[in-house]
Amino acid sequence: MARTSPKQSTSKRTTPTKQATKPAGTTPRGKAGSGTAAQNMPVSSAKSSRGDTWDYAPAPETVKVAIADRYDLFINGEFVPPRDGGADGYFDTINPATEATLSRVAQGSAEDVDRAVRAAREAFPMWSALKPIERAKYIFRLARRIQERARELAVLETLDSGKPIKESRDVDVPLVAGHFFYHAGWADKLAYAFPGRTPRAIGVCAQVIPWNFPLLMAAWKLAPALACGNTCVLKPAETTPLSALRLAEICREIELPPGVVNIVTGDGRTGAALVSHPDVDKVAFTGSTDVGKKIAKSVASTGAGTSKRLTLELGGKSANIIFEDASIDQAIEGIISGIYFNQGEVCCAGSRLLVQESILDRVVKKLRVRMASLRVGDPMDKNTDVGAVNSSQQLATVKKYLALGIEEGAELVLPGVRGEVEAQTPTRGFAKGYFCRPCFFTDVQPSHTIAREEIFGPVLSVMSFRTPEEAISRANNTPYGLAAGVWTDKGSKIFDVARKLKAGVVWMNTYNKFDPASPFGGFKESGFGREGGVQGLRAYVKLDS
Amino acid sequence: MFESPSVDAVMAAERAASFTKRSIKNDAKRAGLELALSMLDLTTLEGKDSPEKVRALCRKAITPDANDPSLPSCAAVCVYPALVKTARNALAGSGVKVASVATGFPSGQYPLEIRLEDVRRAVGDGADEIDMVINRGAFLAGRYREVADEISLVKEACDDADLKVILETGELETLDNVRRASDLAIRAMNEAGGAHGHFIKTSTGKVQPAATMPVTLVMLEAIRDWYLETGQVVGMKPAGGIRTAKQSLHYLVMVKETLGGLVQTGIEGEYCPWLTPEFFRFGASTLANDVLRQIAWLKRGVYMASHDFSEA
Repeated sequence: MARTSPKQSTSKRTTPTKQATKPAGTTPRGKAGSGTAAQNMPVSSAKSSRGDTWDYAPAPETVKVAIADRYDLFINGEFVPPRDGGADGYFDTINPATEATLSRVAQGSAEDVDRAVRAAREAFPMWSALKPIERAKYIFRLARRIQERARELAVLETLDSGKPIKESRDVDVPLVAGHFFYHAGWADKLAYAFPGRTPRAIGVCAQVIPWNFPLLMAAWKLAPALACGNTCVLKPAETTPLSALRLAEICREIELPPGVVNIVTGDGRTGAALVSHPDVDKVAFTGSTDVGKKIAKSVASTGAGTSKRLTLELGGKSANIIFEDASIDQAIEGIISGIYFNQGEVCCAGSRLLVQESILDRVVKKLRVRMASLRVGDPMDKNTDVGAVNSSQQLATVKKYLALGIEEGAELVLPGVRGEVEAQTPTRGFAKGYFCRPCFFTDVQPSHTIAREEIFGPVLSVMSFRTPEEAISRANNTPYGLAAGVWTDKGSKIFDVARKLKAGVVWMNTYNKFDPASPFGGFKESGFGREGGVQGLRAYVKLDS
Repeated sequence: MFESPSVDAVMAAERAASFTKRSIKNDAKRAGLELALSMLDLTTLEGKDSPEKVRALCRKAITPDANDPSLPSCAAVCVYPALVKTARNALAGSGVKVASVATGFPSGQYPLEIRLEDVRRAVGDGADEIDMVINRGAFLAGRYREVADEISLVKEACDDADLKVILETGELETLDNVRRASDLAIRAMNEAGGAHGHFIKTSTGKVQPAATMPVTLVMLEAIRDWYLETGQVVGMKPAGGIRTAKQSLHYLVMVKETLGGLVQTGIEGEYCPWLTPEFFRFGASTLANDVLRQIAWLKRGVYMASHDFSEA
């Protein structure tokens, strides 16, 4: 909301200020993030409506996207109703920011899954035998059509998932197109990816993806599989099926041969039927570690011997390590993008912040100031930084951990919001939708649940360390091993520490950077297999020597 | 002396670029543009400057758009010392400040005594604000104490006039240097006494690159850290290279998101000191008419021709 013109407001204000008042919060000594420091910080909400602070007017994304009342399954190039097409045959998908129902989506049964797998099987001989350059053309066409329909896809993604339009527009959709472009390039060059070996397509791939990056995860799965000559059955997450179904439309538009890509929507039962289908050659799953373990079990028992292949990209509790010789203001940016990007619903989120003791107070203080400028709210507003949590279920999980953190004795710290009672609880004060304000815990012990379990929300656990050795051992002291961040200006130190971290991705002086050419995947309970880059191709080929 | 934090240039550039992604619409755009107008130091620093040109600039600063008297005046007119008297007379009673570059602007390659005399003369002739250049030679050679002492001396020579310390960031090259020079200048002004009228400024406009978003961000961070440490508000002036209304909004977004949460309480309630002309300025001249054009468009729904506005 615009305020009075500068001229007027200047005259009404006290002259600032021969003796600028020293803010009360400039001497928060003692433990960082303690209650008093939190209350005294000279920081106001970025959305404050009091006084003379220039604020942004609403900037809603205005592109309207047609959403059908009902979506069927995409099998063999056609949209077909589920076999059990009655009242139970469809389920609602909602907008987590408004709780409004967007559409009804088919619940794929085991029978539907079987139809899809059969379609993929029938398409496989043709697709795998197609001249590689012809396969590449189809994938390039997919990439181009995604770019052409980028705005529509971004809007749809935001409506269905709750992520801010800024991110779906600037991160998700460009990366989706990027993945198809990158892998289209590989289609006729696979022999060069595996020198001395002959790569061959595997067969039918069952791919089950999560709700945090719905379309991007579809691209991560489909692009390499198609480039290597496989056919696919993709199961989008229950809460975010719409963008994948739009991708199905694009497959039809570019005249991808029927059966090469099949999309079966549904809940966990659909996914279970798909990964345990006996005629599936390869299973790829991205999601929680719990479900991943179940899938591993199912694959082991339905794999017709050991021929069924499996890659898993699971949870994480990634450490973001800030040394005292880091560029602190930029490290703050890395902390922010590490944990508050996509509401913290990122498997590689930097959810454990390890700060060298000597700079802990400074980092905590700067983090609060910086967090105050994060704009939480309507995901469709172009200026929103943090949107809605994906589902009521996920919000309940986040709330559970918030309560647990406090119960275990950690200190909950919110952005510099003053005088708003509802803001004392990160999840209160929103009329509709599943929202959680960015926040963090200080005084976290490594044994605390919030330091060990994946929260998958905008909640950061801050811990300190004294020596590099301690930082490394703390960072590695987790069942997970997906990602890590290291911040220091000292080159020798950064390489030494990075080498000793047991994580699939280690970011140096940056965080949450993705590129189709860069492999991604985990250690330990974060899964196995790599996606992206030349390494990612390995999961989708058989190698004859 | 003191330790200045290091700056990671890649992440700083990324952060600076993020401010340009904000969508500033409707009321926010109009308020932002009027704010930018009120923060302008209309500047002319040419060898061929004439009293006539300075008088015209002063008229422009007082009434930026003759067709729209509701608009705020600019903050100051910035001229060479020889033209301070002309500007002083033309601006008398208007509230628009007279700023003068001094200290052997733009190079600063003069003996210290002459640089200080330059300042005293300009102040004597009626300058409200002095834009000084730092001794880049000494800075780049690592003689930080010398640079700081000179700033302190200039501050004393300013008497009651405000001081803007030009770092000439285009010659400092690295963001580490920008941060160090910012910290150094802020401390040196503080050592000279008083807590009022201290600005740091990016550029003379004579060296490329002049003001850039990453450089301004690093300087704002230095200002923020000083405020958090001492409670003192130091002003900021990016100068050179800011030509379009859109750019000025990008800078205001940067101020808001770097310093906007740091508020003081005035009669009207809380406000951010850096979102006022008292503590944030744009050093520019062509910017004025683009801002006026955009304001006119928002108000009247038509784009004016550039010749509809007087030259700045």
